[in-house]
Amino acid sequence: MSSSGDPDVLVIGGGNAALCAALMAREAGASVLILESAPRAWRGGNSMHVRNLRCMHDAPQDVLVEAYPEEEFWQDLLKVTGGLTNEGLARLVIRHSSRCRPWMRRHGVHFQPPLSGALHVARTNAFFMGGGKALVNAYYRSARNLGVRIRYETPVKSLEIADGRFKAAITEAGERITAKSCVLACGGFESNLEWQREAWGQNERGEWPAENFLIRGTRYNQGVLLKFMIDAGADTIGDPTQAHCVAIDARAPLYDGGICTRIDCVSLGVVVNRDGQRFYDEGEDFWPKRYAIWGRLVAQQPGQTAWSIIDRKAVGRFMPPVFEGTRAGTLEDLAQKIGLDPVPFMDTMRAYNTACRVGTFDHTTLDDCHTEELSPAKTHWALPIDAPPFYAYPLRPGITFTYLGMRTDRTAAVHFGGAPSVNLFAAGEMMAGNVLGKGYTAGVGMSIGTAFGRIAGVNAAQSAGFAHPEFKEEFAYAAAL
Amino acid sequence: MPPRSDQAVIETPPACGDALGLAAMLTASEQDVARMMQICNACRYCEGFCAVFPAMTRRLEFGKADVHYLANLCHNCGACLHACQYAPPHEFAVNVPQAMAKVRVQTYQDYAWPRAMGQLYRRAGLSVALALAGGLSLFMVLAVAMSGRLIHQPLAGNFYAIFPHNFLAVVFSSVFLFAILALCIGVTRFWREVSPTRDVVSEDRFAIAAARLPATAEAVSDVATLRYLGGGHGEGCNEEDDGFTLLRRYFHQFTLYGFLLCFAATSVATLYHYLFGWEAPYPWISLPVILGSLGGAGLLLGPAGLLWLNLRRDPQHGDSAQHGMDRGFIALLFLISATGFALLVLRDTRFMALWLAIHLGTVMALFLTMPYGKFAHGVFRSAALLKYTIEKRLPNRLASGGE
Ligand SMILES: Cc1cc2nc3c(=O)[nH]c(=O)nc-3n(C[C@H](O)[C@H](O)[C@H](O)COP(=O)(O)OP(=O)(O)OC[C@H]3O[C@@H](n4cnc5c(N)ncnc54)[C@H](O)[C@@H]3O)c2cc1C
Ligand code: HEM
Ligand code: SF4
Ligand code: SF4
Repeated sequence: MSSSGDPDVLVIGGGNAALCAALMAREAGASVLILESAPRAWRGGNSMHVRNLRCMHDAPQDVLVEAYPEEEFWQDLLKVTGGLTNEGLARLVIRHSSRCRPWMRRHGVHFQPPLSGALHVARTNAFFMGGGKALVNAYYRSARNLGVRIRYETPVKSLEIADGRFKAAITEAGERITAKSCVLACGGFESNLEWQREAWGQNERGEWPAENFLIRGTRYNQGVLLKFMIDAGADTIGDPTQAHCVAIDARAPLYDGGICTRIDCVSLGVVVNRDGQRFYDEGEDFWPKRYAIWGRLVAQQPGQTAWSIIDRKAVGRFMPPVFEGTRAGTLEDLAQKIGLDPVPFMDTMRAYNTACRVGTFDHTTLDDCHTEELSPAKTHWALPIDAPPFYAYPLRPGITFTYLGMRTDRTAAVHFGGAPSVNLFAAGEMMAGNVLGKGYTAGVGMSIGTAFGRIAGVNAAQSAGFAHPEFKEEFAYAAAL
Repeated sequence: MPPRSDQAVIETPPACGDALGLAAMLTASEQDVARMMQICNACRYCEGFCAVFPAMTRRLEFGKADVHYLANLCHNCGACLHACQYAPPHEFAVNVPQAMAKVRVQTYQDYAWPRAMGQLYRRAGLSVALALAGGLSLFMVLAVAMSGRLIHQPLAGNFYAIFPHNFLAVVFSSVFLFAILALCIGVTRFWREVSPTRDVVSEDRFAIAAARLPATAEAVSDVATLRYLGGGHGEGCNEEDDGFTLLRRYFHQFTLYGFLLCFAATSVATLYHYLFGWEAPYPWISLPVILGSLGGAGLLLGPAGLLWLNLRRDPQHGDSAQHGMDRGFIALLFLISATGFALLVLRDTRFMALWLAIHLGTVMALFLTMPYGKFAHGVFRSAALLKYTIEKRLPNRLASGGE
């Protein structure tokens, strides 16, 4: 293709979904231009922070053990979303995930068995060697080699749309770029603090909780085009006030703290808020199944903060944290060091310690160590916190992504008033709410983004007059046609 | 059972800078490695690339010995820099290969024997240049002193007309044996530091004994194949960008095996001389010449390729302060081979003595700098790999759980 001039297919965004779309459109023969708002060093959006892909498989598959059949995947999705999902689209994503990896490999993605400390997903999730940034790098390399044009630091501000038809994109700098078709893959609005503040509102204490949130991923997902599309009358999906929110270390940076800022010792100790009070059962279930609810729990506490308190017995039993805990020889000292009033804190700790009924501790099972006559109870792994040194880790809510997006069907087309656009498509987080209306299960973000990124790319090329040579059969299988 | 490291945790160097505990004992570059390893240990995305990350996950804190061990385990392949979401411009500024390189050269220095000679690493490029100048002038002067002149009537390749065989044998073997001794003492010191016997848990003694043989076999194969320049997926390491290439591995193989073949050629020639009384020059079709020519070819191609790669490598990999050491060593290897070929070609001409002096001078420079220059990397890396292959066969005492 020529190195300048307007492309057949314009892809807006520079993460996993955008790259999948660009690669597919290019494979179909279309000329493709990617507009990424981030500079090269920060390219890849939230996708550069990911680590795995949830995959359906009926038998062991290279790095995946045993089987994870369609039905089980679907039930998992149904459970985490509480039914806020579209079964047709969800099953499409699920089935697509069972066959997409050879294509990913062809574009340079490497898979590996689960990372140490993540064995619980050995059956369901294929890990990217080197993580999401290695994946994103591989896709960018492949795109460049195939002749896809890439422009960094080119945020798009708005689109020209006429009768549901994409005409052109207008960049922040005012440049107008036309194309025969367009894929929107520019993430959610999680990086937009102002919007978050509005979405979460004010609480009964008069606080604006979102002011104390940290964003786990990129700073570039400002939701500019999401807002634009909503105003332009596109059909939306997903709760605009909701976000996936986990408890992370309060010392994480405002953006891009990524995976390493999570705190994994919650279930091994107790969690207290600013008033020195416990507020939830820390041992309700295995931590990987619980960490997502703790974001919201912490968000409800005064100051949107809390502390995970452990003693020496827990050291070495959880994934090592990125920041050192505050350490003290006595619990009183610990309270002082983290700035809590020692009196209520000590009351809480004493009450907890005396309520512990220790059986056989085993943090790999839902063991029988629990509290009695304590509210809230700790139902598993309840050991008295009495072996110095003691450690405290400060917690804050960390936002992973938002759920609000464009309503689509299995063609990935953006809809206006229920009618699909012929040349405007959406992929990734921008439409993930169709499948994942709420909740989350590890690796499904990439399953959705890869499926719909590829579909959007093929259909955008199609509407520009290019047929993808291979995808038909794979799509027919995924869509159960 | 509480994890073994509990004791030490109390003394852990804090990752994020508050100077407590053992931190004072770590140098700035060691602290940097410890800080990054703490981040990596919470992330682990790079576990598949090489041996460093699996070794890291067996630890909770990174003291001096751990840092020294991991630094020498790192092959500077660059994969974990390009894949790192915390690499600069991120405020965590994680650049593992660079941090490791800085410590690595410091370990060569710390463990050098005699210790004072470790100072030479500070100006390793200059040391090579000085050794070269010294070696060259020494042999030129000697040639003139022993045979009267550098340019002479053709001597039919009879080197010993210039330098008596026994003279050469004594001079080179004593310098070489000293170099080997110094390297052995250095690497033994390193081994003792990174694998202190006092730390061995008694249940592990049996496991270590059982591991020794298979571990050694694996380490030898990891060295012989340069497994960890393969990037974990076998597509190689990074050079100027995030793309992978096997070129560094191939050029290093040429260099390493070239070196070994040249060494074998010399050893065979020595055997011929002392055992069978066959004296040089050996015919073109003879074991010493064939081995030497093959090895020499490797030592031309390999270093030339390594230099080419070194010059175009992303400056973020490794430590730019070590370019002198790396490139000086590469150049020296290339020169040894080039002058060796020149000697082979010119051995029947009037210039034999001149080229013999030049060649011997470069070889002497290599021998002199072996224990105090880049050559040490092969010895220290091999030792670190052996420690890794033993360690991974022992039970992991950490039970850090899920997500
Ligand atoms: C810390 C973390 C870990 C995660 N781990 C996993 C995991 O292991 N597995 C998994 O499946 N999911 C994971 N997720 C979720 C996953 O990141 C997302 O589901 C997925 O990356 C979404 O891909 P995307 O391409 O839609 O968006 P992104 O990757 O966020 O890409 C959006 C892109 O659009 C660009 N952009 C934004 N606005 C504009 C504009 N106006 N103009 C031009 N470009 C714009 C951005 O710069 C960015 O490049 C994780 C998320 C986080 C934050
Ligand atoms: C006789 C033995 C050896 C010779 C002559 C030799 C030579 C060299 C040379 C010239 C370089 C290039 C330096 C650069 O470009 O930066 C190099 C780099 C390297 N060597 Fe060796 N080597 C030897 C043994 C080994 C061994 C045993 C190993 C280990 C397992 C090893 C591993 C490496 C690695 C990983 C690099 C690249 C890393 C870097 O850039 O620092 N070498 N070697
Ligand atoms: S180098 Fe970066 S991505 Fe790799 S393990 Fe370390 S912190 Fe994680
Ligand atoms: S540079 Fe390569 S060898 Fe060194 S730690 Fe990183 S991935 Fe491992």
